Amino acid sequence: MQRNGARPILLTNARVIDPSRDFDQQGDVLIADGVIKDAGRNIRAAGVPEGAEVVECNGRVVAPGLVDMRAFIGEPGAEHRETLASASQAAAAGGVTTIICQPETDPPIDDPATVDFVLRRARDTAIVHILPMAALTKRLEGKEMSEIGLLKAAGAVAFTDGTKSVMNAQVFRHALAYAADFDALVVHHTEDINLIGNGVMNECEFASRLGLLGVPKEAEIVMLARDVRLVALTEARYHAASVTCSESIDVLRRAKDAGLPVTASATINHLALNENDVGSYRTFLKLSPPLRAEEDRIALAAAIKEGVIDTIVSDHNPQDVEVKRLPFADAAPGAVGIETMLAVGLRLVHDGSLSLLKLLHAMSTRPAELLDVPGGTLRAGSPADVIMFDEDVPWVLDRSTLKSRCNNTPFDEARLSGRVLRTIVAGRTVYEYV
Amino acid sequence: MRGNAALAGSPPCRYPVGFRMNAVSTSSFVLSRKHLLGIDGLSADEIGGLLDLSEEFVDLNRQIEKKRTTLRGRTQINLFFESSTRTQSSFELAGKRLGADVMNMSVVASSIRKGETLLDTAATLNAMHPDLIVVRHGASGAVELLAQKVQCSVINAGDGSHEHPTQALLDALTIRRNKGEIGKLTVAICGDILHSRVARSNIILLNTLGARVRVVAPSTLLPAGIERMGVEVFRDMRAGLKDADIVMMLRLQRERMNGSLVPSTKEYFHYYGLDAAKLKFAKPDALVMHPGPMNRGVEIDSAIADGAQSLIQEQVEMGVAVRMAVLEALARNLPNA
Repeated sequence: MQRNGARPILLTNARVIDPSRDFDQQGDVLIADGVIKDAGRNIRAAGVPEGAEVVECNGRVVAPGLVDMRAFIGEPGAEHRETLASASQAAAAGGVTTIICQPETDPPIDDPATVDFVLRRARDTAIVHILPMAALTKRLEGKEMSEIGLLKAAGAVAFTDGTKSVMNAQVFRHALAYAADFDALVVHHTEDINLIGNGVMNECEFASRLGLLGVPKEAEIVMLARDVRLVALTEARYHAASVTCSESIDVLRRAKDAGLPVTASATINHLALNENDVGSYRTFLKLSPPLRAEEDRIALAAAIKEGVIDTIVSDHNPQDVEVKRLPFADAAPGAVGIETMLAVGLRLVHDGSLSLLKLLHAMSTRPAELLDVPGGTLRAGSPADVIMFDEDVPWVLDRSTLKSRCNNTPFDEARLSGRVLRTIVAGRTVYEYV
Repeated sequence: MRGNAALAGSPPCRYPVGFRMNAVSTSSFVLSRKHLLGIDGLSADEIGGLLDLSEEFVDLNRQIEKKRTTLRGRTQINLFFESSTRTQSSFELAGKRLGADVMNMSVVASSIRKGETLLDTAATLNAMHPDLIVVRHGASGAVELLAQKVQCSVINAGDGSHEHPTQALLDALTIRRNKGEIGKLTVAICGDILHSRVARSNIILLNTLGARVRVVAPSTLLPAGIERMGVEVFRDMRAGLKDADIVMMLRLQRERMNGSLVPSTKEYFHYYGLDAAKLKFAKPDALVMHPGPMNRGVEIDSAIADGAQSLIQEQVEMGVAVRMAVLEALARNLPNA
């Protein structure tokens, strides 16, 4: 990614939203030399730098670029699903300026050389920032902890086994305790695989009618509750990768009230869809953890508002037709989402569940804080990772137009309101909607 | 029910006048849909129409000359991804008696193992221009998925734990012939409800016709939300059978028997196996059904299975008639019919 030689950009007459400062006012944002020079009121009045591109925003929103904490990319090993380059194209179109990629690759990101490969490959091919999480356990097997210290030094921003849960509590305890020594964040998929059994969707009446075996909520609640006890024991920084049910929110709230270093994400899919959307065995809506009841979806949105759930992630997981055009139980779980997470997230703003400031906080400022990575702010001197979007413009999603290598979106033909018009990474415009 | 209203529209008889055979259909019932993927969505009238048409085939099947020509020239493929003896042979016989060319494809051990997907198989068969495909598959929803990719009519012969519509229809026909109006009856369905497509199709059908439906099973064999599917739930066999008109037993798969969902076949039979002592709690004239194949001594005592109250052999007979009715009703909708 080129970081130099870009013209200054003045985004003027915008609704400037900076969740890192609770700022939501009319104003301008001036970008030069790859950083934000200033963001606020009356910046234009102070004079336009020579040669600057002046962008008249007509009251549209200018905000920090999104930081997506959970995206699965196929590079290395499954480039037919997604490359760092194709993921970055999709991200730019969706307003995501930093992707945190997951270590479930082939080989997995479980040694420092692979971290280095991903960082270099992203630098050379991607148009947004891509930073890797590394494996918490070697080969993602849940048996032996990985080289947490060396991996962190190589650039891993957090540690996770991706979609796998570490079932062995002793292994997890030791990994947490060791990670705490390096102040490393441990991100965990909280599902007990024995309670999942052969389940493929939420355990509910609708699953029973479809003849599909259910995944009980308890698979998640039990694992999350276990993890919270182990965090209390080890004082490690812990993040639940994707909570989906209302009872999990209670577990999180108690942990936070007790002062434990526990945080959590909800995926955009679980905030926008429920179990009934599976419809007639639609495999694009087969997710892990599964879509839950509407009460759970509402509770998740309320928990984002309350701050009990910290962040919203895309859980971007490209899957090709070979593993999706199958009977529901045989199909691979996962959905692409990085390109649509903001537009879908705006549904929660339009229906009154969240303020725009809160939505952007959960999608940019908060994940950047948790991971201690640049971004998520418009403070002067910060990297110029900035988006401009229209929060209202209506459109219909056509999955064939997605920039990802796979188009397994659960929102095909969905009516959406709001779209990204411009994405700026390190001061350069990498995407413009025309 | 057996009027002659439709005689005019039937094909000309190839046999001399006076030759006794049912070469013509007397019911003009048409199932106004392309596929039969499940009982869900069928109206009471459609179910009644199929059962009436089935009655004609019951009579036909009891004659020496069982052959009809309504499916002559039609190709029927029985595509079974799960092994089955009775359902496959029942569909084969049904198709042949109606004059169709029937091909059996057992995919359990063929190309699907070589990596060909369900939809590849569907596309391959579709290119051969069949008129009817009868499909059984181990995954719920698989038959519906296949139906989206072929041009012919598709009949679900069982998909995972989802539906088995012809079984529910043959059960309904058997009940109606023995007990009359189904809406006045209490039916107890007993056993592995969780994994049973037969239970689901029967629950939907019996509810559509207004019967009182009960399910009887240990909690480990009941699906979530079953109480909202139009049934009363019982964990105790005696309470569940009390005053029932029909006792419908389900097969317990071997892999569920040993400790995972029930402790042992011995304990299962003790609490949930149908024997004379438990059957006494049902009405004195209650009748016993089982979709087969039976595990004697696991879910049902041999003395009951072979006893005077058993309808199990009659169910098999009704199976052929019901499948003839379904094939014919769908074929009446086919192009050039």
